[in-house]
Amino acid sequence: MRIEAYERFFMIFAAIMLALGIVGIAIGALVAGVHVPSPAGRVDPRMLATTPPFNQPGLRELGGGKYEAVVIARAWQFQPEQIEVPAGSTVTFTLASPDVIHGFVLTGTNANVMVIPGQVAQVTARFDRPGEYLWVCHEYCGFGHHQMFGKVVVR
Amino acid sequence: MSAAARPQSLAGGGVIAREGIFLAEQLWPIKGQLVLALVGLAIGGFMGLMQALDRIGIVIYKAMLMQTYYQGLTIHGVLLAFLFTFAFNNAFVSLMAIRGFERPLASTFLAQGAFWTMLVGTLLAAYAILTNQATVLFTFYAPMRASSLFYLGAALLVISTLLTALNLVLTRRAWQREHPGERTPLLGFVGVVTYVMWTLATLGVVVLVVFFLLPWSLGWLKTTDPQFNRILFWYTGHPIVYFWLMPAYISWYLLVPRQVGGRVFSDSLVRLAFILLLVFSVPTGLHHQYVDPGIPTVMKVVHLFTTFSVVFPSLVTAFTVMAALEDGGRARGGRGLLGWIWKLPWGDPSVAAQLLAMLVFILGGATGIVNASYNLNNVVHNTSFVPGHFHMTVGTAVALSFIGISYWLIPYLTGRELMGRRLALAQAWLWFVGVLLFARGQIAAGLLGEPRRSSIGEAPYRDLIHAGLDNWLTAIGGTLMVISGLLYFIVVLWTIFGGRRLSQPLEIPIAEMRFGARETSPLLDRLGLWFVIAVVLVVIAYLPLILLYLPLQSVSPPIKVY
Repeated sequence: MRIEAYERFFMIFAAIMLALGIVGIAIGALVAGVHVPSPAGRVDPRMLATTPPFNQPGLRELGGGKYEAVVIARAWQFQPEQIEVPAGSTVTFTLASPDVIHGFVLTGTNANVMVIPGQVAQVTARFDRPGEYLWVCHEYCGFGHHQMFGKVVVR
Repeated sequence: MSAAARPQSLAGGGVIAREGIFLAEQLWPIKGQLVLALVGLAIGGFMGLMQALDRIGIVIYKAMLMQTYYQGLTIHGVLLAFLFTFAFNNAFVSLMAIRGFERPLASTFLAQGAFWTMLVGTLLAAYAILTNQATVLFTFYAPMRASSLFYLGAALLVISTLLTALNLVLTRRAWQREHPGERTPLLGFVGVVTYVMWTLATLGVVVLVVFFLLPWSLGWLKTTDPQFNRILFWYTGHPIVYFWLMPAYISWYLLVPRQVGGRVFSDSLVRLAFILLLVFSVPTGLHHQYVDPGIPTVMKVVHLFTTFSVVFPSLVTAFTVMAALEDGGRARGGRGLLGWIWKLPWGDPSVAAQLLAMLVFILGGATGIVNASYNLNNVVHNTSFVPGHFHMTVGTAVALSFIGISYWLIPYLTGRELMGRRLALAQAWLWFVGVLLFARGQIAAGLLGEPRRSSIGEAPYRDLIHAGLDNWLTAIGGTLMVISGLLYFIVVLWTIFGGRRLSQPLEIPIAEMRFGARETSPLLDRLGLWFVIAVVLVVIAYLPLILLYLPLQSVSPPIKVY
């Protein structure tokens, strides 16, 4: 098949560009340690109120500057809506929904996950600087969707 | 009239002179679907105003007779992403197939069936949405319940495209019987490839609606699995992007070069690009689900690679189309490295709209690669970065191209001269400037964490995101796009109802090849073979996912939250 020199050059250029993109992603994942959320188990949304750890939403200290925040995302409120941790903390957010699909994005961090009924969602963020970090629901979940938000207060 | 749309010779002239291939009983469903597409564009696009102004706290959905922001948003999404694109594709690709194969469509029944299913589907979905029984956005994620009529309507829209797909395949087969041993004409071939890809792509949403959502919304199924349903949705939800794009590619590859007086670089690369799109479009859906909790990470990585593969044919498109444009610009006397750009017929609204659409697509494609880039997606997923991206792809590369196509297509079909040419030019430029401001605003706000598909104007956290300036740019840009849409419909209605009768019929602008099909490997015509390869890739990308995912987590009853 006839492929012109210009065409061949451009196809090689395009392939190299895409390969470099993959290399960049690999460096991000393997060197910088930026990962996408992985499966963290399943849960029955109808039994959320009686299933640990979701029967007791809130922040617990794991020691060594590590915390777990168990958060329920329901239409149209996060529970709890605010947590407080000292600067330098690493917080793992464990989320579940008892009703429809919600989302969780923590502004200023890489923490971003869907909260899908039936699945346990988990993301981790490290807070080095004091301040307030806003999180919002980023999946349409009904007419009160835009009212769903929360905050991490770092002291 | 554009240089290309001007009849080249009387022998080749237009609909009327080609009565043998354009049958009246096949033309009316084509025209009918074009009308449906434009109605979808008009109403769906107008809803954009409410969304744009919402960014700066001007909440007008009640004035637009919507019960919630999200009802208007559902209309925007369903009418633009499904009705406008599906109906335009059916009409445009059918017409190109007739012209490409130089014969009528194989089945008039299927051609008319496509129109009726499109019409009934639209009416059912519109009834459900307008009565606030389906405020579920165009993604209709379970367990959010919509009226069964909505699912049925959406299904009929898909069925309409599948009827067209079957008709195109039958038309190609009929052509092959009439022309044994000949190469499939390129203009017909690319349309058939588009619809064969789409047929494979619809499998996900067909299974979703038929086996899950419809019985579940009727109460025959008590519960469904929201995570699995999302997998099915995005199985179709990414390749739909190529179903939107490929008809625009058909125009960019094969028609625009003629309109600018250039030739297509080579038959080989066009066929190769479309075949690669057929092979790689479908097994890519998980890159919309990088942050879904229930999907094994290894499968997300597999889809990262397939997604990057499907970028390749789009990069090839960038080269081939640009080469054809340069050929045209130089033929018109362009000199120097970039001097040919200014020699292109920018005064022709059909050309200007599509050139601007291509320019915006460079940015649309680049931001799409950000979305597709696995861990980089953490920063942008479901933020307003995403609508910033896709208003440059489907919202401009596709929509503005379709508008540009209609600037010759409507005169071609009606036999009336395009009226308000300067208005049409202003329309194209206004859209271009509008979408750049809009996307700049949405992208920057998204990087700051502003969520997509949220009524920001009513959100208590609006001031906590500090995207004030960005939201203003979004609002201004979006408003300009709506004004551009208004100009478009003035031109369209003026042309249809007040256009001067053309003295002679128009010809569809079809470009010549610098290197013809003789140079192309016949392997690229083996559509069945490539379809099988596409199916194998789908199995590789989805079978392990389903096996790893099972058993289904069917735990969600329908919930109405709007």
